[in-house]
Amino acid sequence: MSKAGWIRTILLVGAVGALELACRTGAIAPTMVTAPSKMVTTLVETLRSDEIGMHLQHTLSAVAIAMSIAIVGGFVIGFVLNWVPFLRRAFSPFLAAYYAIPHFAFYPLLIVIFGLGPVPLIVLATLFAMVAMILATMAGLDRVPRVLLKTARIHRLSLVEEIWRVRLPAAAPHILSGLKLAVAYSFIGVIAGEFILSTSGIGHEIAFAYDNFDNPRMYALILFVLGIVTLFNMMVFAWERRMLRRRGA
Amino acid sequence: MAGAPRLAAVENAASHKVHARLEGVTRVYPPRAGHGEVHALGPISFDLRAGEFFSVVGPSGCGKSTLLDVLAGLAMPSAGTVEFEGKPVRGEVPEGVGVVFQEDASFPWLTVEDNVSFGLRRAGVDAAESKRRVDFAIGFMGLRDFSRAYPSQLSGGMRQRVCIARTLVMQPRLILLDEPFGALDQQTRLLMGDELLRLWRETSATVLLITHALDEANLLSDRIGVMSARPGRFLEIVETGWPRDRDSRLAERPDFGAVTARLWSYLRGESLRAMGQGTVAR
Repeated sequence: MSKAGWIRTILLVGAVGALELACRTGAIAPTMVTAPSKMVTTLVETLRSDEIGMHLQHTLSAVAIAMSIAIVGGFVIGFVLNWVPFLRRAFSPFLAAYYAIPHFAFYPLLIVIFGLGPVPLIVLATLFAMVAMILATMAGLDRVPRVLLKTARIHRLSLVEEIWRVRLPAAAPHILSGLKLAVAYSFIGVIAGEFILSTSGIGHEIAFAYDNFDNPRMYALILFVLGIVTLFNMMVFAWERRMLRRRGA
Repeated sequence: MAGAPRLAAVENAASHKVHARLEGVTRVYPPRAGHGEVHALGPISFDLRAGEFFSVVGPSGCGKSTLLDVLAGLAMPSAGTVEFEGKPVRGEVPEGVGVVFQEDASFPWLTVEDNVSFGLRRAGVDAAESKRRVDFAIGFMGLRDFSRAYPSQLSGGMRQRVCIARTLVMQPRLILLDEPFGALDQQTRLLMGDELLRLWRETSATVLLITHALDEANLLSDRIGVMSARPGRFLEIVETGWPRDRDSRLAERPDFGAVTARLWSYLRGESLRAMGQGTVAR
């Protein structure tokens, strides 16, 4: 393991160990935080009950739909805005100010429009994630070196070939980082939405446990969400690394 | 030895065939914020002879690169006509023209091999012929050991070789080079110059080289066009009369320095003028 890896591991194990110790000795009351070991055992119990599978399925399917729409839609919109300068000029102030908006404040409105169910969650998460993808796509296409586009012309590529063989691969690293953000934002959007108001989903289960002072279950589920998101992020990260290694980076 | 090159030049002169022709070409950039209309180039008229090595030197900002863009069909002339092999060039790069730029134009996501073969698919060259040409170009440019490497693993000089090899596989009849060694150190420049001469001899292509290095232009060229400060025009076209079979050792010849000195005598005043202009690049 590398030096940085060691430091990371020691930090993580130390923090978890300290929390465990503080909980066991009573320095931290169980009404505040449960011991990590208790979180894990409660999580195992929770996962054995069959209803959690249903909640997990609701959450993950909402995330998957929001993520797909955000990535595909964000890419297409970003591409069009990059291609049509006057559209870009028209929209760029909105895009620049976009993440200053507290999106979750609009969630009740979405519920009024779409009713309580998966749709407002998906809309919320999509709106939250898509603009990151739009911005990254535009940034990537902006930064395609002009000399590469000239090279495409010298090789007499058609427009489609130029886009496919030069523009997109050159913009790929930026687009990929937008994709990573869209994945993370979709998770945040759905789970936070469920937390605020929903009848099912992991976020709802956490909120439900919280409302019922069921601390062990709440922490177990938080740990679970953390695990899922980390796993997903690592998958995307590994995929990105593989793509970028092909550039010898 | 001293007499032979003259003879060769005379023979060449007898068999001049026009490969590309510029007639009254100008290029004017429309006014933009910060400055008015920029008259970048011309009017310029000259013939590029088939098989010659022609260099263009001039003060910075004089429109050398614009001249190349217009000749390559990458930019439209504001007035005048460009012809390549008898056909007009209008805003599209004709088949048979290859261009190498000063900036690194290798594709970072492709291996050296894939970079070099980039244009062949579009040109409809079959797989066996593709492989043969790529093998040859990679060998010719000394990239054999790096064919599976990515550009980020190579030095600037090596990447420029990749770009030259990529041009070479297309078997261009006219090769345009826009300060291709501008970003390289002096030693690498000299070696690359020799390779360029070898390439020119063995492909019998016509070469037009844009450079700001007078010695480089002198060493490599049959003819050198000396450009004025903006708007760029040819002040003089100097015939060097060097033998076709030349390399960097040419610089040891006593008459070598005289040509460079002549180029500088034309350019000195222009360079001073260009400095005063506050140059606008491109």
